[in-house]
Amino acid sequence: MATGHFKEGIAGGRLSAEQYADNFSDLHPPFDHHEALVEADRCYFCYDAPCMNACPTSIDIPMFIRQIATGNPLGSAKTIFDQNILGGMCARVCPTETLCEEVCVREVAEGKPVQIGRLQRYATDVAMDENKQFYKRAEPTGKTVAVVGAGPAGLAAAHRLARHGHDVTILEARPKAGGLNEYGIAAYKSVDDFAQAEVDYVTSIGGIDIQNGKALGRDFQLADLMRNYDAVFLGLGLGGVNALRAEGEDADGVANAVEFIAELRQASDLSSLPVGRRVVVIGGGMTAIDAAVQSKLLGAEEVTVCYRRGQEHMNASGFEQDLAAANGVTIRHWLQPKRVIAENGKVSAIELEYTAISGDKLAGTGEMLRLNADQVFKAIGQSFVPAHLNGSAEQIELEGGRIKVDAEGRTSLAKVWAGGDCIFGGDDLTVSAVAQGRDAAESIHRALTSNGRA
Amino acid sequence: MADIRNTFVGIKSPNPFWLASAPPTDKAYNVERAFKAGWGGVVWKTLGEEGPPVVNVNGPRYGAIWGADRRLLGLNNIELITDRDLQTNLREMKQVKMNWPDRALVASIMVPCEEESWKAILPLVEETGADGIELNFGCPHGMSERGMGSAVGQVPEYIEMVVRWCKQYTRMPVITKLTPNITDIRKPARAAKAGGTDAVSLINTINSITGVDLDSFAPQPTIDGKGSHGGYCGPAVKPIAMNMVAEIARDPETHGLPISGIGGITTWRDAAEFMALGAGNVQVCTAAMTYGFKIVQEMIAGLENWLDDKGHASLSDIIGRATPNVTDWQYLNLNYVAKAHIDQDACIKCGRCHIACEDTSHQAITSMVDGVRHFEVIEAECVGCNLCVNVCPVEGCITMEPLAAGSMDQRTGKPVSPIYANWTTHPNNPMSKAAAE
Repeated sequence: MATGHFKEGIAGGRLSAEQYADNFSDLHPPFDHHEALVEADRCYFCYDAPCMNACPTSIDIPMFIRQIATGNPLGSAKTIFDQNILGGMCARVCPTETLCEEVCVREVAEGKPVQIGRLQRYATDVAMDENKQFYKRAEPTGKTVAVVGAGPAGLAAAHRLARHGHDVTILEARPKAGGLNEYGIAAYKSVDDFAQAEVDYVTSIGGIDIQNGKALGRDFQLADLMRNYDAVFLGLGLGGVNALRAEGEDADGVANAVEFIAELRQASDLSSLPVGRRVVVIGGGMTAIDAAVQSKLLGAEEVTVCYRRGQEHMNASGFEQDLAAANGVTIRHWLQPKRVIAENGKVSAIELEYTAISGDKLAGTGEMLRLNADQVFKAIGQSFVPAHLNGSAEQIELEGGRIKVDAEGRTSLAKVWAGGDCIFGGDDLTVSAVAQGRDAAESIHRALTSNGRA
Repeated sequence: MADIRNTFVGIKSPNPFWLASAPPTDKAYNVERAFKAGWGGVVWKTLGEEGPPVVNVNGPRYGAIWGADRRLLGLNNIELITDRDLQTNLREMKQVKMNWPDRALVASIMVPCEEESWKAILPLVEETGADGIELNFGCPHGMSERGMGSAVGQVPEYIEMVVRWCKQYTRMPVITKLTPNITDIRKPARAAKAGGTDAVSLINTINSITGVDLDSFAPQPTIDGKGSHGGYCGPAVKPIAMNMVAEIARDPETHGLPISGIGGITTWRDAAEFMALGAGNVQVCTAAMTYGFKIVQEMIAGLENWLDDKGHASLSDIIGRATPNVTDWQYLNLNYVAKAHIDQDACIKCGRCHIACEDTSHQAITSMVDGVRHFEVIEAECVGCNLCVNVCPVEGCITMEPLAAGSMDQRTGKPVSPIYANWTTHPNNPMSKAAAE
């Protein structure tokens, strides 16, 4: 055990180099050829397959699995990419246990679904490892489209638009493309810099120019884009983090979980990344779990997730909750933060109040709990920040605090489409963002070419 | 406990499971291991005549096809008869028989189709103490090109002639092994009987190419870029073999002739099915070559268990019990009506029954009812074809339920007739016999 394991406060170097490497290795190691064939043989090739219907991008899952089974992994990859050009990342990060694998008939029959996610990774890895490109650009249309945000929605839209022969410029505020795939996913779900490899794979179709460090509202305005491009796609994601609304949350040691996750993903040396000895994560979603598990893996002695409602209300899937438990994270329910307690300006504990549902409202019971903590992560949701959009052009219509779109992804502005987490009505999943980006691109294509004809 | 001791043409064995003449019975080492594992008998791999033994190819001898999870379903081989010296085989056979007096040891023999050749080898085999001989008239590759094996088995006159020689020159029981590479299996069986055979055994292997290498464009197994048809065996051939066993068992000319059933037997159930169709015992090869000799223990226990469960005291209670129920299509009862029924509790909603019926059959299974994924038989369309039962991955989920006489068949709109009526008397049959006057 490294000497720094029980160091008080927020510190790096809690573990040995081997422990860091082991802790942040691939969560689901890839199937080898034999494993893929054995698993593929379990698929029944269902009619109107439930898995396919559960997939937000409607990948023809029985077909791609059959193609693996028949020794055609490249054909399999094409089946996947036809619907979802980010099929490689989705294979790694999709909560398959609540999507395709939840409804697999073998889940119904045996409680053991076909491992669709891992099979999808197998096929897409084969294609990406040999940089097999399945799509050629159509004849140039001379139309230009600006895509704001190089996350899953923006990349999916850009690829589909480039395929149709349009010239795409992606404007991305961060230094790297990829969005949450690059900055927002637990490191053990996307090892070996996969997010960047995928960006390269997707953009190698050509006709996609990514400009990093270009932020909407700072470096350019929506009105500029509407003036200079034939169409605009907004894949902005969520820029804001919800506050704890607890007393003292400005104390040193209180941080946003999304920033911690991003920092971890970008760290070249994990031992240099400080983490508390006792960590409390406030929230009940995937971000909370990712932050908690990774805190533990960085060497925190005690990690507790506190969620204000019951286990059944958590947004984190059962699989994610189990993953947390298996890594020694304690999940506590019916607790809301009331006060961050600091010593010398640094967090030393957090005081929480038990909650209960009375009537149809959640309310504090008055009973308090104090947990010692030298680090507190806020993971109680992110919010869309519309300020960057407005003021420069006509008002874009919002709904529920996010951009309002129709079924094709059209916003209230004539030349502007949107998709991904920034739109209202989504489910904040990578795979849904891909579907929205793809479908908006098709809508843009129809609009630019009089119904698909150039 | 049911008694599964077996006597076949006077040859006794503690159970009806023999290993067929094939690689597993090539030498004493294998056969000793087989007997230790519990096999009731062996047919020693085919002996050739005295002199330099045959040679085998030095590349692959086997090809295969597989089912899901790479389960071996069919095996083909181009190995020839024993490539060991005759005297070595005879010496080992004698020793093994001495070591295992309660087990059956039968010698498979293949020598040229000349009386002198048979006359020469039979006393040598008899001297080993072997319980009987099996005439290899089935090997479909290599040896057949030299006028032996299936080249004999495809000419009934030759079969009869050789069997007659054998009956003349040995006291040992003669089992004639038949090739399935023929249009009517009854003809060689009748010839064997006419020659005086004590029994027939079938089937030998089926001419086959198991695969083609799509890089070299050569059949598999591939020997230096070329391939030859091999002999096909394993679970895939079982239905073909069972039909041939039944054909001989129910042929008035050969009815009662002992049959040793061979062809894809892998489990106790397979064995029981062959015996029900008229086989007096069974021979196994591919299952042992796939899983090793231990599988016989499952076969023994499974057969005993089934006999006990059904109240059968011994094998004679079940041998041939299914034979009378094998008939010609023209005698099937056309007034019998069955409909598929889907057990909704067992259904896992894969939809394969629906798409099979919808695309390729009678559009008689729903996929959606009131907006919900639901698979249910539409009785007014169901012809009772059984395809859904066969494609369903859950055993027992879909069953064929006969309609009681008098109840309404929703497809035809007519009540089910209680009267047996077949094609021979059907009004649509131009040859109908009942139509006269």
